[in-house]
Amino acid sequence: MQRYFKTIRLFWSTAFASQLEYQLNFLIELLAMLGTLLGSVFILSLFFTGGRQLGDWTWESALVIQGVYTFLDGLTNALLRPNLTEIVNYVREGTLDYVLLKPMDSQFLLSVKKFSFAGLPEIILGLSIVFWAAIQSGTSFSLYSLFVFIISLFIGFVILYSVWFLIAASSIWFVKTWNATEVLRALLAAGRYPISAYPVILRFIFTLVLPVAFLTTFPAEAILGELKFNILFFGLMLSSLFFIFSRFFWKFALKHYTSASS
Amino acid sequence: MQNNPSDLIVVDQLSKYYRVANKQPGFKGTLKHFFDRKTYDVPAVTDVSFKISPGEIVGFLGANGAGKTTLLKMMCGLIHPSTGLVDVGGFSPQRRQTAFLKEITLVMGQKQQLIWDLPPMDSLYVNAAVYGLSDNEAKIRINELAEMLELGEELTRPVRKLSLGQRMKSEILAALLHKPSVLFLDEPTLGLDVNAQARVRSFLSEYNKRTGATILLTSHYMADITALCPRVICIHKGKLFYDGDLDSLAISLSPSREVKVELKTPFSRDQFEKYGEIQDLNDRFVCLLVSRDKLTDVVSNLLTDFDIIDLEISDPPIDQLIGELFIKGEVN
Repeated sequence: MQRYFKTIRLFWSTAFASQLEYQLNFLIELLAMLGTLLGSVFILSLFFTGGRQLGDWTWESALVIQGVYTFLDGLTNALLRPNLTEIVNYVREGTLDYVLLKPMDSQFLLSVKKFSFAGLPEIILGLSIVFWAAIQSGTSFSLYSLFVFIISLFIGFVILYSVWFLIAASSIWFVKTWNATEVLRALLAAGRYPISAYPVILRFIFTLVLPVAFLTTFPAEAILGELKFNILFFGLMLSSLFFIFSRFFWKFALKHYTSASS
Repeated sequence: MQNNPSDLIVVDQLSKYYRVANKQPGFKGTLKHFFDRKTYDVPAVTDVSFKISPGEIVGFLGANGAGKTTLLKMMCGLIHPSTGLVDVGGFSPQRRQTAFLKEITLVMGQKQQLIWDLPPMDSLYVNAAVYGLSDNEAKIRINELAEMLELGEELTRPVRKLSLGQRMKSEILAALLHKPSVLFLDEPTLGLDVNAQARVRSFLSEYNKRTGATILLTSHYMADITALCPRVICIHKGKLFYDGDLDSLAISLSPSREVKVELKTPFSRDQFEKYGEIQDLNDRFVCLLVSRDKLTDVVSNLLTDFDIIDLEISDPPIDQLIGELFIKGEVN
């Protein structure tokens, strides 16, 4: 276990060092991130001009969702995108061989190898928005609601990770890079707005089929103290299922890789 | 096949087939391919058997696409065999158990694992962590290998600024950090200049002497094989076609030897025809191919019949022989 932690620490410190090799690029990434964020807050503000409501969400509570979305987007930029979009390159260039011959879990190695520090401000900003907006809407925090919030964020992240990893793992068959990133971006973007803002049929799909609701709406409800316990429980089961499936799928994909690669 | 406990690697009737779909050209072919897929098996390695003892250096020879790399990858666990058995140090490679992976390493000349934008040193410490070495162990190990590889401040310069030779040596260092006892090297000197090749070679031979590690390598450069490998395994069209020492390969490939003669005065071509096959004739220099059993007679006759300044007997160049071998496709 300690070996895994030390490996993560070294992976991320080397990732930091290699990003600093290109300072300008780093600055541009930060600027791009700020631009996106301002844009989405602006769009959200348009919905609420004239006192309209989104579903049964007020402006402040919808902003909590925006905060959760920003947080997840930051995590995506920091961790998921740099690592999972690389998998296709490892397959294409054959350097996956080196990963497979390391005495460590290959899914772990591929998932944590890089960390983009340009995602960090977005993560901090996202959390700040969540707490600010929650206070604005008159929520009183309790240890319990904070705990449930953290758990539900974790559930959301695990689901997002697993879906993304599944798509990335399929590159073992479809060696060319297809734009999986964009598909997932769209999925996550659907979670910018409260799930109850969507028509009933979409609400159903976003909860059970593509669990977008678990990514943003439910964590927001958690911090606002409105999340039902059975949904949290269901989320835990669902995210475990997704994660276990992603591991199974990876093992299966590797079997194909190792019997076909040359 | 009886397993001798002294064998480190046992390969027994190993075969690998790749399943390939057969698609006719054109749209009609595509449709047919979609609904009624016809596949056939392409053999990459067929029925190969050999054993390797600990501490051996074995060279794998073969033309491009002969199946060398497939064979190497089956031995390090990256490719599942279709039929047959591979055993490396008591492990079944394809299961890739941790204990097995800690004993082996793979270096591929055309693929790199060092982080491009950072000095090799950073990648080395990451690798050390993956293999569970402490910082102190890693430091000692890096110093030891760096000295053997003649690497110094190159290790603290970004990889992208290193020459190919320096990069390859750093790659080798990274691959040997965890003291593997079996080294799989796929074209480790690819693209290096003659000096860098020689340095990699002398390092490998020294490493083998010092640690007793077993080394299996493929190379396109005959010089690598002749300098390093007392034993060679030739693979041709997926089949094992020679397994033995390099010298006997040369003998079985070419029953003749080359006799080069420098004469005091020029002679005409027909005067030499009775001694052997004339390879080259140029003014006062003659090069003859003489079969081994007639060699002594021919040389003594030459010495009595002509006024000779210099005489040299050698084997025809081995790479030329192997090249011919792969074209002919069989050993005499």
